[in-house]
Amino acid sequence: MSEPLHRSLGLTDEEAASIERILGRSPNHLELAMYAVMWSEHCSYKSSRLHLKRLPSEAPWVLVGPGENAGVVDVGDDIAVALRIESHNHPSAIEPYQGAATGVGGIIRDIFTMGARPIALLDALRFGPAENLRNRWIAEGVVSGISGYGNAVGVPTLGGEISFDATYSGNPLVNVMCVGLMPKERLVLGQASGEGNLAVLLGSSTGRDGIGGVSVLASASFGADDRQEAQKRPSVQVGDPFTEKRLIEACLALIDGGFVVGVQDLGGAGLTCATSETASRGGMGMDVDVSVVPLREKGMEPFEVMTSESQERMLVIVEPASLCDVEAICERWDVQTAVVGRVTASGLLRVRNGMDGPVLAELPAASLHEDAPLYDRPLKAPAVTRLEDQPTPPDRSQLDLGSELLELLANPVWVYRQYDHMLFCNTVVGPGADACLLRLKHPVSGVDTGRGLAITTDGNQRWCSVDPRAGTEMIVAESVLNLACVGARPLALVNCLNFGNPENPEVMWQLSEAIDGLATAANTFGVPVVGGNVSLYNESQGRNIHPSPVVGLLGVTDNLSSVPCDLAWNEGDRVVLLGAFSVDLEGSLAGSLWAAKSGGAVAGSLAELDYTRHLCVADLVRKLVAGGLISAVHDVSSGGLGVALAEMSAHAEVGFMGARIHNLEQLFGEAPSRVLVAVHPDMLGAVEAAALAAEVPLTRIGLATGQRFSIKGLLDLELTDVLARWNAPLLGQVAQSGASCG
Amino acid sequence: MTTVVGVVVFPGSNCEQDVVGALGEVGIEGRLVWHKDNSLGNIDAVVLPGGFAHGDYLRTGAMARFSPIMTAVTKFAHQGGPVVGICNGFQILTEAQLLPGALHKNKGLKFLCQPSSLQVKSNNSVLTRHLAVGTELQVPINHFEGNYLCSPQTLCDLQATDSIVLTYTDNPNGSTADIAGISNANGNVVGLMPHPERAAHALLGSTDGARLLKGLNSDG
Repeated sequence: MSEPLHRSLGLTDEEAASIERILGRSPNHLELAMYAVMWSEHCSYKSSRLHLKRLPSEAPWVLVGPGENAGVVDVGDDIAVALRIESHNHPSAIEPYQGAATGVGGIIRDIFTMGARPIALLDALRFGPAENLRNRWIAEGVVSGISGYGNAVGVPTLGGEISFDATYSGNPLVNVMCVGLMPKERLVLGQASGEGNLAVLLGSSTGRDGIGGVSVLASASFGADDRQEAQKRPSVQVGDPFTEKRLIEACLALIDGGFVVGVQDLGGAGLTCATSETASRGGMGMDVDVSVVPLREKGMEPFEVMTSESQERMLVIVEPASLCDVEAICERWDVQTAVVGRVTASGLLRVRNGMDGPVLAELPAASLHEDAPLYDRPLKAPAVTRLEDQPTPPDRSQLDLGSELLELLANPVWVYRQYDHMLFCNTVVGPGADACLLRLKHPVSGVDTGRGLAITTDGNQRWCSVDPRAGTEMIVAESVLNLACVGARPLALVNCLNFGNPENPEVMWQLSEAIDGLATAANTFGVPVVGGNVSLYNESQGRNIHPSPVVGLLGVTDNLSSVPCDLAWNEGDRVVLLGAFSVDLEGSLAGSLWAAKSGGAVAGSLAELDYTRHLCVADLVRKLVAGGLISAVHDVSSGGLGVALAEMSAHAEVGFMGARIHNLEQLFGEAPSRVLVAVHPDMLGAVEAAALAAEVPLTRIGLATGQRFSIKGLLDLELTDVLARWNAPLLGQVAQSGASCG
Repeated sequence: MTTVVGVVVFPGSNCEQDVVGALGEVGIEGRLVWHKDNSLGNIDAVVLPGGFAHGDYLRTGAMARFSPIMTAVTKFAHQGGPVVGICNGFQILTEAQLLPGALHKNKGLKFLCQPSSLQVKSNNSVLTRHLAVGTELQVPINHFEGNYLCSPQTLCDLQATDSIVLTYTDNPNGSTADIAGISNANGNVVGLMPHPERAAHALLGSTDGARLLKGLNSDG
């Protein structure tokens, strides 16, 4: 018995019924296929939309909030910044190189669609443990794909993070953020206006790649069977960075010349999405002629043409009088053009064979978006794990804390040196630091504003598995500190919410909690959420991933006249901890990197985040960095004080002699609002005075010196052993650890 | 008179604006030249910038040498005009046979974007003419195919004509004889893998690249 067509396209029986109600008749195959892709979880956010409304998105500097291709904020000096983050998790699980490459291509298109020149990429990557060969294959492929595509398309990759955790075995996370610059007045929106205007398809020919990518692939879980996943490979698209590069240049030239009234990229759901979105945003309709779409292969059915996710395509809406100019600019860049549509006043999206030929599909353009299902799925807090169900914690008295520390170190340089992170000559602080920092130059005149842009991405599935709400708040708080470490204050946030199967009430609860946490943090820090992406069904072999919200935070620094200090301290520096508010340096191992690695003590509660105190620490750090009072700075995050100190030591190749850290909890606990700074002895008085004035506790914990890394009574390592571990190839060593490169 | 340098833009080039900006830092005007043009116009020197000309889907630089502008570039070079190829531009110069040898994949088979330490081996070149032999420079690299390869005879010729311009102090990519940059026997055509334009401002961590680019200034 064969299943009904709508089910094989990923639509439920109820969804099929509401399509019939909208049309007042049964949909044909083409129409059903168009609804199926547009009403997929990936395109419609049907499980998350209800909750996303709780996120704050407004501020005086926000020019475009969520809902467009990218968020846009005013950063002053007549410059606007477009930013967005998106996941490409499922394609990367199936075909890592192309999955990641097309993720990069897609997010770049979202940025230049707005009229902005893409200037920065950041990647938040999560893989299963590298001992497993498949995980390793995925990790290597994803990094190569980002490198291969990002470098060739000419957009530098400036940061991100990489971590390995068993929760991502078989379901990696590949989240890509892109940031672009435009003159403030050049904002373009993805909408069609003006009856009789033309829809012109630019770029690659359309093939059978990626058909149903959003529905078959991105909005369903992976099963237990590897062969089944291999069969989904044709749903992954193939990237062509050279075509994308020419598209960027051609589109920016079109926008610069004022030859287009609307621009929309083709991503998930292909032509169906681009034509219906532009039409419905403009309150118009559109007739689309499938017969003139340039094809890569013969015999493609209209439903294939309309839902193909072939990459490197853009749709521009132009007045008929501008068509010649559009074609001339595209010809200069060897970009293919085809007039595939016509804006109408009907409100209908009509697919035709020939512009005035027979109608193959006819549906209200807005119904693909506005009438998409909206689910208020049941939520259920998970039962609290009983203590006896937890793995027995190792006998801590027997632990060699030196080797425990070494196990947690991972240097992401293997990843980021494969990425061009210097293109455009803006990179003042590149990958490997707490955040990247760029010179802010006007995108057209090239005039240096003397100011800087800072960007970071952060996520922490361990914190969120303990408490998705508090964990998400801590992630945002960490991002704020990361920006402070390069002297910047936050301006806007984008997020990528990676969760498991939303039909599982516990997963929905996690999602809802994380959104609440994000809303609280964004409100309290005064940072608008200007865009986001939700990736659900991150489930493999029946296991949902840990809740994995990832945030991308954009900030500015108002005076960038010299390179700020980095992680590397100098021989003789005093090392002080800012922001430990309790006497015991705040050790809680719940959700910590060490706890996850040692397989025990994951449960418990996270250390409390006090927003007022956190803001005081961030303000102080910004002042110290901007004032040049300190010689090194690093926020305390994954791996706690131990890992942060070892990273600073490794960056400088100068040892450490410390005290005041007395036990495992203090060494590896991950309480928020803490920053390590290294200070020249002559500056110590000034730094202490600044901390006192800011009401931030300051604790002297050691001295940067020599060739040993030691903490009195706790551990004593040769610096060479720390460096050997730090410099070991990332994929050769990692079981479960994290590394931040931005 | 301000020196004017033509910076050739191929589809897929991506360092052209960076080169123009860095030239500006040393008082030289950079002027973009489109690859389909047949003439270089009135310029004092040419730079072929980095990037992925024509996508580099074939051998790097193999397509770019057929772009119309390359006829004019070749003629300009043969007349003694200064021509500098940076990274992809170096690859194009070898494909166009304006420089000997070839650039293969890095020995580690990975793309490498990182700082690199260079040593000036010859000042018989338009880029190094103001620098003393032995000068150490910090200029970053950014390439997958930067492993310079040539026949033993070519290496002998390069040495005999003092045409090894720059070497790596810590060879990152497996290049023959640590070669980072070479010139023709005249010294007017130079190819190098490191990116001088990325080291032309104090905020970028090094200004050594500017010291190289100053060589293009026809006044000095």
